[in-house]
Amino acid sequence: MAGQRSNLAFTRRRLVQSAGAAAAGVLCGAGFLRTPASAASARDPRFVVIILRGAMDGLSAIPPVGDPDYADLHGELAFASSGERAALKLDGFFFAHPALAAFKRMYDEKRAAVIHATATGYRDRSHFDGQDVLESGYPGPGRTDSGWLNRALAALPSSAHRMRGLGVGATAPLVIRGPAPALGWAPPGGLAPAGDDLGQRVLDLYAHRDPPLGQRLREGLEAQKIAAEGAMPQAKKNPGAGGLVDQMRLAAAGAARLLAAPDGPRVAALAFDGFDTHQNEGASQGLLAQRLQGLDAAFEAFQANLGDAWSDSVIVAITEFGRTARVNGTRGTDHGTGTVALLAGGAVAGGRVVADWPGLKLERLYQGRDLAPTTDLRAVLKGLLADQFGLSERTLAQGIFPDTAPVAPMKGLIA
Amino acid sequence: MTIGPDYAQAVTAFNRFGLGARPGDLNAAAGDPQGFLLEELWTANIALIRDRAPASGQSALQAYYLEQQQLRAERVRIAARPSAAQSAERAPAMLAGRPGGPIATIPPTALSMATMGPVPPAGPSTAQTPSALAAAPLEAAPPQGSSLASTSAISTGAAPPEGVTMAAPHEAKPAAAKPQPPVVQAQFSAEASARLQKQLQARAGFVERLVAFWSNHFAVSAAKSAELRIAAGPFEREAIRPNALGKFSALLRAAETHPAMILFLDNQNSIGPNAGPGKFAGRGLNENLAREILELHTLGVGSGYTQADVTELARIITGWSVAGPESEAGQPGAFLFKPNWHEPGQRTLLGKTYAEAGVEQGRAALDDLARHPATARHIATKLVRHFVADDPPVDLVNALQRKFLDSGGDLAVVASALVSDDRAWSARPTKIRTPLEFVVGAARATGFSPSDPGLYLQSLNLLGMPLWQPGGPNGFSDMSDAWASPEGMKARLDLAWSMGQRMRGAAEPMAALKTALGETASPETRQAVERAESREQALALLFMAPEFQRR
Repeated sequence: MAGQRSNLAFTRRRLVQSAGAAAAGVLCGAGFLRTPASAASARDPRFVVIILRGAMDGLSAIPPVGDPDYADLHGELAFASSGERAALKLDGFFFAHPALAAFKRMYDEKRAAVIHATATGYRDRSHFDGQDVLESGYPGPGRTDSGWLNRALAALPSSAHRMRGLGVGATAPLVIRGPAPALGWAPPGGLAPAGDDLGQRVLDLYAHRDPPLGQRLREGLEAQKIAAEGAMPQAKKNPGAGGLVDQMRLAAAGAARLLAAPDGPRVAALAFDGFDTHQNEGASQGLLAQRLQGLDAAFEAFQANLGDAWSDSVIVAITEFGRTARVNGTRGTDHGTGTVALLAGGAVAGGRVVADWPGLKLERLYQGRDLAPTTDLRAVLKGLLADQFGLSERTLAQGIFPDTAPVAPMKGLIA
Repeated sequence: MTIGPDYAQAVTAFNRFGLGARPGDLNAAAGDPQGFLLEELWTANIALIRDRAPASGQSALQAYYLEQQQLRAERVRIAARPSAAQSAERAPAMLAGRPGGPIATIPPTALSMATMGPVPPAGPSTAQTPSALAAAPLEAAPPQGSSLASTSAISTGAAPPEGVTMAAPHEAKPAAAKPQPPVVQAQFSAEASARLQKQLQARAGFVERLVAFWSNHFAVSAAKSAELRIAAGPFEREAIRPNALGKFSALLRAAETHPAMILFLDNQNSIGPNAGPGKFAGRGLNENLAREILELHTLGVGSGYTQADVTELARIITGWSVAGPESEAGQPGAFLFKPNWHEPGQRTLLGKTYAEAGVEQGRAALDDLARHPATARHIATKLVRHFVADDPPVDLVNALQRKFLDSGGDLAVVASALVSDDRAWSARPTKIRTPLEFVVGAARATGFSPSDPGLYLQSLNLLGMPLWQPGGPNGFSDMSDAWASPEGMKARLDLAWSMGQRMRGAAEPMAALKTALGETASPETRQAVERAESREQALALLFMAPEFQRR
């Protein structure tokens, strides 16, 4: 294990790979890559970006159980390789959160991969700014006129006129907004109900400032919950999670069917909320577990509904930054830096965790508190765009991720 | 009232009396919050909609009558063709489905779809082939370079998906279980749009609040019939707006003689028992309008009038009608007094005798009702309840009642007295914003200005205050409990989230907080907005904050 990690060189990185992906050439040797041109003509690629809003805890989603400092740091939120707190084994060093069962299966089938200890170039800890950077693709916050995924679409040759975008949700995520035309679609059901997290935040505010309103809202939310459980039998198995998980699954399934259509869009963006787990983050159960269960359901729904297109598809789930390595005083984690990106899809060269693992020793933590980012997330995204759509490194560094010429596209992420 | 800028009072000016602050508004009002409201109140013609006003109610009704005639003719023509049994049945629907505008064939409950973007016509539980699924949204190819928003709008011609229901906390009952004819839908949409723009652009919104107050006082419901759906908007524009800052007697007369009110309360069917002798055997009085004039519009329930007074007033206003499509005596779609339907003779109402004078008999009776002390009391109480407190402070009601009587029912003077009275400002903010104030206030705080009224209508539906569709002639409730119910608060939360998502591009959350609340936001509210996990959540938290909800 450890030996393997140190043997493989990829630029300046040490790479962590599963034993199964010892075919390191996939990753390192450009000769194994199909050229973008042939890729474009032979395949009908699909690309999906899922924005996880709120800053997902990468150390809980993909716990580095093999890191000697992990269990202490992540305290009551930490997973183990076995026992009550067992997570799902990926490569023996990294594990997957138990809610990510479908993702783990895809990983075993070499159709899912993890990028760990990654972040955009943004180093402050504001959600709003962090999401702007993540989605706009600009080096810093402040520009929200368009997103990198939309500009990538706009940069494709006009013969790829069918290469249209799809924004899922009542309003499309910034990443898919911009000059290139894109379709909008919202899951059926009228107004999407506000999530539990927003409800809880409002209830907290009312507890301090307006108890009578809080009482009314609490009653309304409880009534709604009962009604929802009655309507959805499967929700009873996971009280509280059914509505949320179903929403995420439905959004993914609808998007997948649109992407699968012969003349449908080829690129889509979704956003899932609620990853800002300052309190009661939970381990195998809890706030994060519910959201990861929803994300897992979304991955599964993509596979189930993309049909034959699955084999040409890449889905990447990204978040604005990570969370503190230590648990805070309210059984949660606060805003941090390095985190994970999750890749799934038939086109992914999977079955591995790609990381230049910095370790969790105090002196290696970013500012003494966060997982240090050692892989630029934009290298991952550029690599995916280059291999899926044949976009040149130059184009990627100019209009799509401006001022990122030194950040080379990561190669070999696509099978 | 105070020396130097007073931001707390400025917030009160916008939230209690207006429609919420827009960027920069608090600064403009802080020097003299009362004066700010009074300045708006005394601006000439401030209540009127004059730019791009929709068609008059009369011409819209005429267009509707014409459309109905054409439909009938078409039906006859198709029925006359051989083997037309089935197609004749379908003809009206097909004709009605011809797009007269972007939302022509969409029932109001589904208007949301116009703003929600394309929706594949199947839920995941329905087995559908991928191509069928994609057909609806995809065939409308977006124009080159169009934005996402405009692309989304293209597919609004598609039928709303099955199973999409609006979880309204109170059953919204728009008269639209089936597609509305183009004239009906076009007029309603144009009226809603004009009203929304007026509310978004108002300086303080005090006058718009007064317009909405009077519109609700003289409630008509668009849910009653296609004609009402056409006439509800014109009613506010033609009867309420020109008189909301005039004399109450003029407002009363305009409201009771507008076709919308006549049709809503059935007075076109009320016939004097002794009118046109022998012509109307078996038909007679309908007391509906007369009763509501006394109970709701003027004196108020329990103020001492009797059933005999109701019946007398009903007789007095027999013949007050609306000219129908074939009318030769009047302009179709306009108020028409039908002398031969009018009960002849002198009448006694509240102890006063009114000589026979045709239509003037009713006008005289209304004028007396307008200046009755019980009417002044009723209006003063309702105004204070609406603006200040569910349980209106008696001394403030007394003061307004006196103003009403002393000024001869001058509504601008009464409104001015309300906002000039310190007691109206010092009351604790116990009331909750009505759905209208909430929805418009959120848009104003962020500078969000939708081009079509779909979101406005959908939001009001969801919160149980569908536009011009109260449950009855008593209008929507003015009590906080009616709105701050458990289901109402849950609906507000969902809508806050939805608005947060839509408005996130319009304003930075902290900037919107400053716009709406200035420095008056509590530390907890400020912190909740600051620490939100996303812009949309931050805006939703601002919208749900007690300082934003209470006024």
